[in-house]
Amino acid sequence: MTITINHFLVVSFLLFSIGLLGVLVRRNFLTVLMSVELMLNAVNLNLIAFSRRLSDLTGQVFSVFVITIAAGEAAIGLALTISLFRQRRTLNVEDASSMQG
Amino acid sequence: MRDLLWLVPAFPLAGFLVNGLVYLFSHRTSGAPHPPADQAAAESSEAAGHPHAHVHLETEPKWKTLHTIVGTGSVALSGIFAFGAILDLGIPALSHGAHHLLTLWRWIPLGVNQATGQVPGPLGEWFVDMALSLDSLSALMIAFVTFVGFLIHVYSVGYMGHDAGYGRYFAYLNLFMFSMLTLVLAANFLLMFVGWEGVGLCSYLLIGYDYHKKFAADAGKKAFVVNRIGDFGFILGIFGVFALFGTLDFGKVFAAAASNPAAYAPWMTLVCLCLFLGAAGKSAQVPLHVWLPDAMAGPTPVSALIHAATMVTAGVYMVARCNVLFRLSPDALLVVAIVGGFTALFAATIGLVQNDIKKVLAYSTVSQLGYMFLACGVGAFVAGMFHVLTHAFFKACLFLGSGSVIHALGGEQDLRRMGGLARKIPVTYATFLTATFAIAGVPLLAGFFSKDAILAAVFEAHFRQAPWLPKLLWMAALFTAGLTAFYMFRLVSLAFYGTFRGTAEQAAHVHESPKSMTVPLIVLAFLSVVGGWIGIPIIRGGDRIGRFLSPIVPALAGARAEEHAAPVSLEVALMAASVAVAMIGLLLAYLWYAKGEGRVPARLAERFPALYRVVANKYYVDEAYDALFVEGLAKSGGRFLWEVDATVVDLIPNGAAAATRGAAWLSHFFDKYFVDGAVNGVADSLQGGFRLLRRAQTGRVQNYALVMGAGLFCIVAVYLIFR
Amino acid sequence: MTAAQAVPGALLTGAAGWMFVVFAVLALGMAVAVVVARNPIHSALFLLSSFLLVACIFILQQAEFVGAVQILVYAGGIMVLFLFVIMLVHQRGVQERLTFQHQWDVALLFLLVFLLPFLYVLWTERFPELPQNLDAFRMVKGKIAGNTEAVAWVLYRDYLLPFEVASVFLLVAMVGAVVLGKRSAEKVD
Repeated sequence: MTITINHFLVVSFLLFSIGLLGVLVRRNFLTVLMSVELMLNAVNLNLIAFSRRLSDLTGQVFSVFVITIAAGEAAIGLALTISLFRQRRTLNVEDASSMQG
Repeated sequence: MRDLLWLVPAFPLAGFLVNGLVYLFSHRTSGAPHPPADQAAAESSEAAGHPHAHVHLETEPKWKTLHTIVGTGSVALSGIFAFGAILDLGIPALSHGAHHLLTLWRWIPLGVNQATGQVPGPLGEWFVDMALSLDSLSALMIAFVTFVGFLIHVYSVGYMGHDAGYGRYFAYLNLFMFSMLTLVLAANFLLMFVGWEGVGLCSYLLIGYDYHKKFAADAGKKAFVVNRIGDFGFILGIFGVFALFGTLDFGKVFAAAASNPAAYAPWMTLVCLCLFLGAAGKSAQVPLHVWLPDAMAGPTPVSALIHAATMVTAGVYMVARCNVLFRLSPDALLVVAIVGGFTALFAATIGLVQNDIKKVLAYSTVSQLGYMFLACGVGAFVAGMFHVLTHAFFKACLFLGSGSVIHALGGEQDLRRMGGLARKIPVTYATFLTATFAIAGVPLLAGFFSKDAILAAVFEAHFRQAPWLPKLLWMAALFTAGLTAFYMFRLVSLAFYGTFRGTAEQAAHVHESPKSMTVPLIVLAFLSVVGGWIGIPIIRGGDRIGRFLSPIVPALAGARAEEHAAPVSLEVALMAASVAVAMIGLLLAYLWYAKGEGRVPARLAERFPALYRVVANKYYVDEAYDALFVEGLAKSGGRFLWEVDATVVDLIPNGAAAATRGAAWLSHFFDKYFVDGAVNGVADSLQGGFRLLRRAQTGRVQNYALVMGAGLFCIVAVYLIFR
Repeated sequence: MTAAQAVPGALLTGAAGWMFVVFAVLALGMAVAVVVARNPIHSALFLLSSFLLVACIFILQQAEFVGAVQILVYAGGIMVLFLFVIMLVHQRGVQERLTFQHQWDVALLFLLVFLLPFLYVLWTERFPELPQNLDAFRMVKGKIAGNTEAVAWVLYRDYLLPFEVASVFLLVAMVGAVVLGKRSAEKVD
């Protein structure tokens, strides 16, 4: 089975769009954050694939940075979740619509 | 006979004058009041345009006979002379480019250069003749315009028989025939524009025929205003043509363009886009489609004649007539194809969820017009004109059939209150079903050949700018064909099958229409069956209508017709695809509406309430226009003008006041009305727009994310297309 | 690890190719399960397995360091954090009635409309073939030394500034998490 860069592109794009779908349709805030992690993961996959294709280590280094940032973002996101939960007693994203209008 | 061509538009004009004068005279002396005797009854009835709903006083029999004879007779005579002129020139001769130019008189005799017959020099040809031209394209048009027009006039005798404004109706209808025939037979742009404006005027008069009803009057105004926007484009196009070619005569313009394409090609895109704007306004393409559904407020024969068979096809006719110019500009053709394809799909989706029988047919008309423009946009002008012809037959049959249904139910137009009429009004049902099969594309009926010709042409088209576009358009057009079959059979099922859902009183009065209404239905249904047979491809690209129109309109744009002959297997595959899609649409509609009594669609509407609401409200296009243009411009502009007017009127008596008072007042005026007025005007128009935009602020992050995602994808898509 | 030499443009062939297919399909399946699962703990576990599978793909692509970092940081750090928070805010007995937000049909439609053409473009786009240097990820100064050393060599030399910025970012994230997670003033007596 010969895997070309196109396969990687397709897989990472599908992963990305599944993550995007999760961001758009889930009600639970935590699941939304997890879908964001999925999206970042898909980006990583893409970077590694191209790094391999171009025989350049830059892609892998970038991947490491992406993981780092994802970790920081997850931390902040979860802290926000806790804060939101303490204030509103709900994890439903739709309930946080006081900016309406 | 060919020199009597001028009689073809002249007879209806005479009919208009006679009918109009007699009507004015008879109403002046007989004192028949115009407002209905029972205003409350007229306003409370919901049926639009049906005479039974607001009958007040009938026309006196002696005038009625006169109006009938003059009205239908003028069209009949016009048709006879039209066919006579065509046969005089001879169909084989027309197929080979025979063309008769009948110059009546010099209309605008300005300018210096009058003698030479060639394309003049820099000063331009500053004269315009009243000239009619008969070639294969205009012959095709006048043939079916007079014939279908005659059938609809006969139908109107029965339909409008009990109306007090009978004479007025036939006068307007004859005026319309005159304008339409002038438009088609015109030999230059200016005369065509006269006919163009005339049909627009008659559309306004006839849509607002029941001018006592506010929404009918409003619909007439809306049609006229939206048409005007298109006419603005058309006028600019005419200016452009004159500036480029120095003449407005069709023959000279097209000959010059064909012989020296490189000289004109740079400007052709702009000119063709302006002309297409005119066509889009007249033929109800997005975004100027909003007037056509509202135009259903007019009497049903009017909808059949003007808004199905003839006036709305004037745009397609104009594009086909100017095909030499359009073919010089591939970008304009691309726009035409995209607008046509999008309109076809867009209107078909709206037609799926309409509950008024005439609104479904209105959106169907917009969708089919989109098909015609799609065909022209890919260069298959013959297929577009062929569809004009077949569409005239089956759409007129459908509209007249719907009028028969409305007549049978005493004015009811809501599909949710119909049902089970198949056995009670069999002739109407049979003709309606035939026409439905024709529009759905059932093999061997008229619609099948024309729609298939369009689909094949779209599939095999080439766009240099976007090579993937033809396949996308073909998929959209194919999907639309399925939708067409579906919503038309939905209409048939809701109206004719199942149990009757109306009132008991209506059920007691259901009756078949008189002969004057059913005979045209039968004739049109028959034409819907056989009308397509002139387009059967004998050999690839060798159908009769194609050969007939070939001197004016190429079968496929450019010489590619020969080198690009597609394999027969592809043709068969495309045909099979369109038939399959149509059958699926028909079957699905049958299962859901005839057998299933509409339970599945109702559940779907509940599962996807937001989507259903958006489509059922026509994608809120009218609301958007209202907020942006009507509220924003009209309201603030009106207030500004009112304040200026009140101030000026007051100025005159107060002008004798002291000079300092006047000066002080002047600066105050400037500040308050101009400065503040401008500011307020800007604020008002912005407010209108903002009110619309506010609805996008839902406060929900995920909605924002969705919109951002969609925008991002669009940007990336645009980048991918144009890199 | 087997890799493609003979066929330029191929990133993986043979058995490794099939392994990639298996991992990719499973990873996508797990991703779908993340989005669809009702219980957030299930979603977290599916996400965890998706990460592990993607880490396996990384290792197949000779990015062993990134694969290890993925497992350590993502699966071992972030997912654990997620699980902590899920259990912290989990309300017993209050199971959400609906899993999906009200715009799910429009979002799904939008995704399908955009997804298919993009997929088509991505699948059929022809990339120019490049020579593959399989040892590029293990070489340090011309000698084979291993992926971690190679990454370190590049990271600390060419990308030192971003590295420092990343560490400042982590500091900021830590401070921010602490501040946001603090209980509000009136709770403290």
